[in-house]
Amino acid sequence: MSTVVEHVTCTFCGCLCDDLTVEAEGTEIRKVRLACSSGQGIFMDYDPRPRQPLVDGREVEWEEAVAEAAAILSASDSPLIYGLSSSASEAQRKAVALADRIGAVIDSTSSVCHGPTGLAMQAVGEPTCTLGEVRDRADLLVFWGCNPDASHLRHFPRFSLTAKGALTPNGRADRTVYVVDVRPTGSSKKADHFLQVDIGTDFEVLTTLRLLVKGLEPSVDIVGGVPVTELKELVERMKSCRYGVAFMGMGLTMASARQLNVAELFTLVAELNEFAKFSVIPMRGHGNVTGADQVLSWTTGYPFAVSFARGYPQFSPGEFSAVDMLARRAADAAVIIASDPGAHFPAAAAAHLERIPTIVLDHGPSVVASHAHVLFPTAAYGVDAAGTAYRMDNVPIPLKSVISTGRVTDEEILDRIIEAVA
Amino acid sequence: MSERLTMVTGRTRKQAIGMHKGKDSPEYREATGLVEMNPEDMARLNIEDGGQVLIRTAEGEVELTAHAGSLPAGLVFVPMGTLVNRLIGTETMGTGMPSFKGQTVDIAPVGEREGSS
Ligand code: SF4
Repeated sequence: MSTVVEHVTCTFCGCLCDDLTVEAEGTEIRKVRLACSSGQGIFMDYDPRPRQPLVDGREVEWEEAVAEAAAILSASDSPLIYGLSSSASEAQRKAVALADRIGAVIDSTSSVCHGPTGLAMQAVGEPTCTLGEVRDRADLLVFWGCNPDASHLRHFPRFSLTAKGALTPNGRADRTVYVVDVRPTGSSKKADHFLQVDIGTDFEVLTTLRLLVKGLEPSVDIVGGVPVTELKELVERMKSCRYGVAFMGMGLTMASARQLNVAELFTLVAELNEFAKFSVIPMRGHGNVTGADQVLSWTTGYPFAVSFARGYPQFSPGEFSAVDMLARRAADAAVIIASDPGAHFPAAAAAHLERIPTIVLDHGPSVVASHAHVLFPTAAYGVDAAGTAYRMDNVPIPLKSVISTGRVTDEEILDRIIEAVA
Repeated sequence: MSERLTMVTGRTRKQAIGMHKGKDSPEYREATGLVEMNPEDMARLNIEDGGQVLIRTAEGEVELTAHAGSLPAGLVFVPMGTLVNRLIGTETMGTGMPSFKGQTVDIAPVGEREGSS
C-alpha cells in the first residue's frame, strides 16, 4: 500500500524542519521531499526490518534482553546513562526516571556540543528568541563560530539568511549578515562581512566589542587578527539595527575558554538591548539535543552531567560528564541511548566502553552498538515512532510515524528495564 | 620534516551523508579521512594535494589524505569522526568538553616519519 505523509519532521539537526513530504510503499520509504542532503538519509537509509535484541551477539527474546540489562544495572555500583539527543523527549523522561531508580549518572551529547553554552546561560542568562522572530524581523545576523552551510543546511532558507517574513519581505536583501570564524567557510562566502579571528581569541574579540558598545577606546589597533576599525563598524551596525540576532556554535564551545566565550557573547547581546532589540540562539546540532537539556532541566534542575548516586540530583560538569566519567574509568556499566560515543568521543574515553558492560538502544548500526552486551534495536522517532522533539529555539515540534514497522520505542524499552530493576 | 600546527574538527556535508550510510561505509571513510590545509603550509612541508600525511598528538596518530583548502597559515581542518578522535585528549578543563578545536598536532608527509624533526 502506498502512502503519502505531509508535514513530516526531519530529526537530523536542530532545525527540525517540519515541512517534509514522505512517500512510502508499505514499510519502504520511496521518496522524501524538501529534506536537505543531511536529512535525506534519516529516511532513505533507514532499514525498517524488525530485529530481535542481542545479548553478547546472540539473538534473544525481549524478556531475556530486558532481564540481562536489569541484571547488569543491578550489579553496577556506578552506572552511566548517556546519549538521548536522537531520541524523543518522552523517552528522555524515562531515561531520567531510570537514572533516579538505579542511582546513575546521566549525561547527554550536550556535554560534547553546547554543554559550555548551558554553563554560560547559568552564569549570565541567555537573551533569546524563536526562529519565527528571526525570519519575520531580523535585519542583522551574526553567525559566530558556526557554519550552517555545512551543519544546518536549511537554516539559511527557512529561518535566517534568505528567509522572507513579515518585516523582511525581500529576504536576503533585507538583512546584513556577518560571519565570524577562524577560517573561511561555505557560510562566510554567503555573508556580507567576514571577520576571520585567530583561533583561541574569540573571548578577546568579544570583550573588545563590549568595550566599543560602551563607547570606550581600545589601546590596540588589532584584536585576535581583526582590525579594530572593522569591529567598530560591526558595533555601529549592532547598535543601529532594528532586530539583531547572533547565532553561535562549536567555534565558541569547543575552543579554549569554552563557556567564558559564550558568556561573553551572551553578555554582549544583553548589553546591546540598551540600543536595539538583540537576541542569541545557540545552533544546536542533533535533532533533539535541546529536548535533552529541557527534560533534564525540568526534572533535575540541571541540563546535563547529573548524578543520582546520592539519591538526589547533583550537577558537576568535568566530573559527571560522560567523557570525564569514562576517562577516569568511573563508570562500571553504561546505557547508551540513540547516540554513538564509540565514534564521537576521544578514543581513550570510548575505549572504556569496551571494558564495561554496555546496554545500547539504537535504531541503526553504530560503533558502540557493535560491541554492546545487550543491544535493543529500536524504532526511530520521526520515522516509525511518534514523539516530541525540541527545536534549537526550544520550541517543541511533534514527530510523526511515517511507516508502521512494529519496532519498539526507546520509551517502551526503558519502561521495561525500570520495571525489571525495581 | 614535521611541523606543529593547530587543528580544528567539525561537521561537513559529506560526513553527515556518510554517517547515514554507516561508519564502515566507503562514503564515511572518505569523508572523515582527510585533512584540509593551507597551501603554503603544504608546500613548506612537502605535502602534495591528495598526498598522505601522518598526524600525531600525545594521544595517538592517524594517516589522512591532505587537501589544499582556504585555511589560514598554521591551521588545519579535519572532519569530525572516528579517525580524528584518536588524536583528541580527554581533558575537558572541568566542562565535559574535550579540545575538539584548538588541539596542537604534529604533521608530516607519510614516508618522512623516520628522522623527522
Ligand atoms: S536542515 Fe536539518 S532538520 Fe532540516 S532537513 Fe536538513 S538535516 Fe533535516
